[in-house]
Amino acid sequence: MAETDQSRIRNFCIIAHIDHGKSTLADRIIEQTGLLTSREMQAQVLDNMDLERERGITIKAQTVRTVYRAKDGQEYIFNLIDTPGHVDFNYEVSRSLAACDGAILVVDAAQGIEAQTLANVYLALDHDLDVLPVINKVDLPSADPDRVAKEIEDVIGIEAESAPRISAKTGLNVGEVLEQIVEKIPAPTGDPLAPLQALIFDSVYDAYKGVIVFCRLMEGTVQRGTPIRMMATGATAEVVEVGYFGAGQLIPCEKLSAGMVGYLTASIKNVQDARVGDTVTNRDHPCEQPLPGYKKVNSMVYCGLYPADGAKYPDLRDALEKLQLNDAALQYEPETSMALGFGFRCGFLGLLHLEVIQERLEREYNLDLVTTAPGVIYKVYKTNGECVELTNPSNLPDPSEIDYMEEPVVSAEIMVTSEFIGAIMDLCQERRGVYVSMEYIEETRALLKYELPLNEIIYDFFDALKSRSRGYASFDYEMKGYQRSELVKLDILINREEVDALSFIVHADSAYERGRKMCEKLKAEIPRHLFEIPIQAAIGSKVIARETVKAMRKDVLAKCYGGDISRKRKLLEKQKEGKKRMRQIGNVEIPQKAFMSVLKLDDD
Amino acid sequence: MKPLEIYVHVPFCVSKCRYCDFLSFSDPSGIDDYFNALLKEISCFANQMSGRYEVTSVFFGGGTPSFVSEKWIARVMETIFALFTVAKEAEHTIEMNPGTVNRQKLRAYLDSGINRMSFGLQSVHGRELKALGRIHRFSEFVENYREARELGASNVSVDLMCGLPGQSLASWQQTLGTVADLAPEHLSVYSLIIEEGTPFYEQYAPDEQRRARGETPRWLPTEETEREMIDWTGRFLRERGYAQYEISNYSRPGYVCRHNEGYWLRKDYIGFGLGASSLLSDVRMRNTVSLSQYCSRIECGESACEQQQRLTEKEVMEEVMFLGLRRCAGVSFRQFRAQTGREMRQVYEPVLSKLSGQGLLNVTDEGVSLTARGFDLANFCMAQFLLE
Repeated sequence: MAETDQSRIRNFCIIAHIDHGKSTLADRIIEQTGLLTSREMQAQVLDNMDLERERGITIKAQTVRTVYRAKDGQEYIFNLIDTPGHVDFNYEVSRSLAACDGAILVVDAAQGIEAQTLANVYLALDHDLDVLPVINKVDLPSADPDRVAKEIEDVIGIEAESAPRISAKTGLNVGEVLEQIVEKIPAPTGDPLAPLQALIFDSVYDAYKGVIVFCRLMEGTVQRGTPIRMMATGATAEVVEVGYFGAGQLIPCEKLSAGMVGYLTASIKNVQDARVGDTVTNRDHPCEQPLPGYKKVNSMVYCGLYPADGAKYPDLRDALEKLQLNDAALQYEPETSMALGFGFRCGFLGLLHLEVIQERLEREYNLDLVTTAPGVIYKVYKTNGECVELTNPSNLPDPSEIDYMEEPVVSAEIMVTSEFIGAIMDLCQERRGVYVSMEYIEETRALLKYELPLNEIIYDFFDALKSRSRGYASFDYEMKGYQRSELVKLDILINREEVDALSFIVHADSAYERGRKMCEKLKAEIPRHLFEIPIQAAIGSKVIARETVKAMRKDVLAKCYGGDISRKRKLLEKQKEGKKRMRQIGNVEIPQKAFMSVLKLDDD
Repeated sequence: MKPLEIYVHVPFCVSKCRYCDFLSFSDPSGIDDYFNALLKEISCFANQMSGRYEVTSVFFGGGTPSFVSEKWIARVMETIFALFTVAKEAEHTIEMNPGTVNRQKLRAYLDSGINRMSFGLQSVHGRELKALGRIHRFSEFVENYREARELGASNVSVDLMCGLPGQSLASWQQTLGTVADLAPEHLSVYSLIIEEGTPFYEQYAPDEQRRARGETPRWLPTEETEREMIDWTGRFLRERGYAQYEISNYSRPGYVCRHNEGYWLRKDYIGFGLGASSLLSDVRMRNTVSLSQYCSRIECGESACEQQQRLTEKEVMEEVMFLGLRRCAGVSFRQFRAQTGREMRQVYEPVLSKLSGQGLLNVTDEGVSLTARGFDLANFCMAQFLLE
């Protein structure tokens, strides 16, 4: 492959609020450009691509390289680096942005700027990216592109007069976006002959190639045989293959040089060795400094994951091991529950991350899981001066040993139309929020700032926010620190037996309410047994709420006509299948989903 | 020769009852084609298999067998008598609904060899009958019943339903008392089942779910009332000389329904007609449920069988238990051994001790049977006998 002229490369990402049309625009860009330059077309790398396809390599982030023939008659290489769209993955977003030279900001022509838009734009501006605004969905009847353009200028302070007004859905004016990418997003710089300095912005694990490192070359060149070193982790390796991203495939090439975006493999066994944000350099000719901004991400939310079938414990362990190969942010360690047996306490970046992992375990590894209520990390200061970080409520020391406790708080920004400000302030108040400020970003919309305890937002805050603002409020947060708080451990007793997996930490003021709702919820979830089952919520030895599941009186369907017994069998099998999804606690069978019920204590 | 039971399905009714999910149609135009096909199906089976079997019972079920011309019933009986060896003491039942029967039909049934008559009465109260979507009045039943007796019917059964929407214990007591006074040889008492896909489901399913959660239903009887209905039924019928022999069946001595007993004991049976089920040497089969397909397949000389499944050893053991436990006599260790070649106490030891510990199962030296509470929770108990 011939040398690629840096001036013909554009590295960019698309940032947007959820549903503002990010992926649709990305699809259009890929559609309206080609995957290969005309020269590369002749080189034909198709055989290789087939091989990749057989091996089933899928590229995690939607990073893709396309070729655009611009109006000036030149071919430009576009590297579109997709960014995860959720606040849980804030750090990954920031690393993806660092790999770009510019960003396309997509704003919905009807809805205007949202909290997440702002958070992402500020992140992009922090990375000195040139932001190219695009107003999408102009074909909607409620579209008001002029108002939105003004809003972009007023709120963000970037020029938006010339922003392309497009419909990514219909393809309207997408060509203009492509031209502006060439004109307004700067070409990368960097010296191909300088010592290697490449930023890792993502990585995936492949069973054949080991870790595939996604990187942006800032300086220098890398090719097969280059000895490399990861500057933060210190891991060293020799490059086996380099290449770039086709649509869904990896396409090997001869070398990557400054300004390019691509991948490298080097028989790296573990993603822990090639962490997002780390700098790759030449082992023998290292660069002077690693790129700035690397940090080791920490879990914010913890929960217990247990196999529904205790015999599947080793399978769960293997699955977590494999997922961790691909996901450096996933943490886990073995734990044991009286109620659920052997399992793992797992740490996640946030609730979405938790759900993603849970779903992958269930789908890709075919595991049936019981998940306990997610919690945050509390700091327990003991009377002997010791400080314990508590991730599992069951491990709370005896109250007599506790001096005081602290919980994590976040700074939250909520954008909301003025008619719902009252409702949202009420919500924040109920969730123990501390008001910081409110500013109107336009006549009818305000940006509310609150400090909120993390454990109040990991459950159903987002849903409550949406339902109380008829879907109009948007929300973003970042960790602020720890603060002292009146916390208690709420225990649940089923048929007078404490169920450790149902215990959770809660603020003393909401304990009664939560206990009551939990009992109601469990009453609805637990099927009737041959005997009556009391369900109690208690703090220490004090019972604060109680419900009762009445004894089962009747369970009989006697009909069986004409000797057709298949329906009878199905009915009995269904009944038995239901049982399998139960956990035996004492002599009570509890459905697995009951362990998640604390999550759904909706405020109705 | 092996004993064989024959079931004949008659999928026609005047109109569909509101709770009914059985296979039936209210359009009578297909009756002749259907019976021609049915007769052919019987002949085809008989040509291949009749030498191996001795027929011990014939059962016309529906639908409403009494809805179609009595000539068709007689033709079916003639065909069976002509092509099969039929045991001398065999039991031949027809299901009938009041409002579709008359003296002429009853006489024709008896003449054709039918010796057991089963009336679908359900209730004596006009209001309840109407709510169920039944087409008859109680007085029509009484007339049919008298006629049957006058013509010499000596084995009559009546089907009744309890647990109906709006039904009180007193109203049920009146239904059962009135019918018992007529002294039929056999009584079937079913609790209403709200089946999916019926008008009753639309109407009462939420109410039933409410009741299942232990809350008070709005239309259906409470759990307490319904259980009292069943408990009272047992006590009352015992006083009147009826013994319960199965989860929902009661009879005077010597009048158990041998055909239905065959299902629970897993005797071989062949079902003829639309959607009919069969069990032959541990193979379960079921005919197509499409009327047009049934007729055209039989016409072409093909089998109407759509599902066929050879039961595994495990499935046979499960069936012996969950079908056998419907009988008050339960399942004997000997029966289990004879049908499965295994020892029940070895296969099911944990289940037997669990259920007997919960007071749901009697375990004796002879075998096992459900207790009264076990019958209340029959599904719960039976599900325990499904193996991994």
